[in-house]
Amino acid sequence: MKLVTAIVKPFKLEDVKVALEGRGITGMTVSEASGFGRQRGHTEVYRGAEYTVDLVPKVRIEVLVEDADAESVVDAIVAAAQTGRIGDGKVWVIPVDSVTRVRTGEKGPDAI
Amino acid sequence: MELSAGDTAWVLAASAMVLLMTPGLAFFYGGMTRAKSTLNMMMMSFITIGVVSVLWVIYGYAVAFGDSGSQWYGALTWSKLGSSVTDLVSNGSAYPIPVLAFAVFQLMFAVITPALISGSIADRTKFVTWTIFVAIWVSVVYFPVAHWVFDFGGSDATGAGWLAARGVLDFAGGTAVHINAGAAGLALSIVLGKRVGWRKDPMRPHNIPIVLIGAGLLWFGWFGFNAGSALGANGTAALAFMNTQVATAGAVIGWLIVERIRDGHATSLGAASGAVAGLVAITPACAFVDPWAATVIGVIAGAICALAVGLKYRFGFDDSLDVVGVHLVGGIVGCLSIGIFATKAVNEFGGDGLLYGGGLTLLGKQALGAFSVLAYSFVVTLILGFVLDKTIGFRISRDQEIEGIDLTEHAETAYELEGRGGGGIGAVLSGNRVAEGARA
Repeated sequence: MKLVTAIVKPFKLEDVKVALEGRGITGMTVSEASGFGRQRGHTEVYRGAEYTVDLVPKVRIEVLVEDADAESVVDAIVAAAQTGRIGDGKVWVIPVDSVTRVRTGEKGPDAI
Repeated sequence: MELSAGDTAWVLAASAMVLLMTPGLAFFYGGMTRAKSTLNMMMMSFITIGVVSVLWVIYGYAVAFGDSGSQWYGALTWSKLGSSVTDLVSNGSAYPIPVLAFAVFQLMFAVITPALISGSIADRTKFVTWTIFVAIWVSVVYFPVAHWVFDFGGSDATGAGWLAARGVLDFAGGTAVHINAGAAGLALSIVLGKRVGWRKDPMRPHNIPIVLIGAGLLWFGWFGFNAGSALGANGTAALAFMNTQVATAGAVIGWLIVERIRDGHATSLGAASGAVAGLVAITPACAFVDPWAATVIGVIAGAICALAVGLKYRFGFDDSLDVVGVHLVGGIVGCLSIGIFATKAVNEFGGDGLLYGGGLTLLGKQALGAFSVLAYSFVVTLILGFVLDKTIGFRISRDQEIEGIDLTEHAETAYELEGRGGGGIGAVLSGNRVAEGARA
């Protein structure tokens, strides 16, 4: 099993969600995140005083998938979240040792 | 003279409008602070309504407008407002409105003036010391200065304030209110020093929509402030009203042009700030200039104040919300502009400025008014501030300032965004109730 984590622009969340649902993904966890990559932040001006805001708002999407699905889920997220402009985000995949569904106690791929 | 119901109704309504300016100012300032100090900022305005109103009814009205014959103060007696219920106002000339209507109108000016100062010392002022400061400051600075400027004496001008007697024109308080508050704000920002992290930590305004609400309330209330100062429902009031509108509009444009050229963007905070700068600048001039001149004064004031708010960085004083850049500088621009643009064609009791054949005479008087109030307010406030700082302390501790003054001075926080009423993390973060009503 794999955990796919994607950091994307907040306004792309809906597109990614629809794309994943279209691939039969039945669950995901979404949280608000802040950060920066190569694009750094942006500047704001208040009464002539300039502020740099390093941390820009992002959305973090986490999806548990079976090993075979990981590659295609990553491709689906990238296709949905891509604008081609700086700050589009990142997607990474890490192995997962175990998964348990709390309601039934099912373990492994059945719990996904 | 018979009482005029129309004049009285207008002055009473205008008084309520001027009162509304102080809560409006609380919003204007409160939105500009960081979220952790917004309640304290608003309380510094609110408490002036409490303190100054009580002092006014005890002795404040007498010190400002009593009749001892002095040109420096009114009278050192009780206000005795209850004894003048049927009397009509005599201030230079006779007005067909009750003394109490005049007294309540002038009270609202005394309330907002110290509130204006509070913006220069945001995030770091001991609330008790601020309250004591307000009580002493209005007693030794505002009440006497109001006498200097607003008291035209009896029918033969005896007991008129020294600036009023010299023909300094200040219709609604460019000197007594704005230069006065601005100079005091400069002094207190020096006494209290810079905030922790000034020029290093981001101190962005936390809620610009409430700044705009505040600016809107100030703009509305300011019609009472300026047009109400005619003390009657008449052509002078209408002139002041129109000039207040067009100058403020001009200042919004003036400020935004500077921002667009200098910073590349016209900001909403700039629009709100420009409006207040225009309101400040037209205050002394509103009944003495033609509306075209008021518009020009507004544009100039907006542009100059937009540049002046950068002075604190050049000179290194933490006037947190730009009381100096907006009220002191805007007040000076407005006062001096009378010496240039005033014309007797719109008001026979005014004067003729430089552009209307008056030469430099009026401009000289205006400069005397502006800089004497500036100097008096600055020096007295500096002394008062240092005395309070050395005795009871004027500033909260560094730890309290970092934690947030709302919590440490008032045991409150402005925003409760966690609780969703249904348990979970939100309910844990929003706290548990530990006592009903008064704590045992």
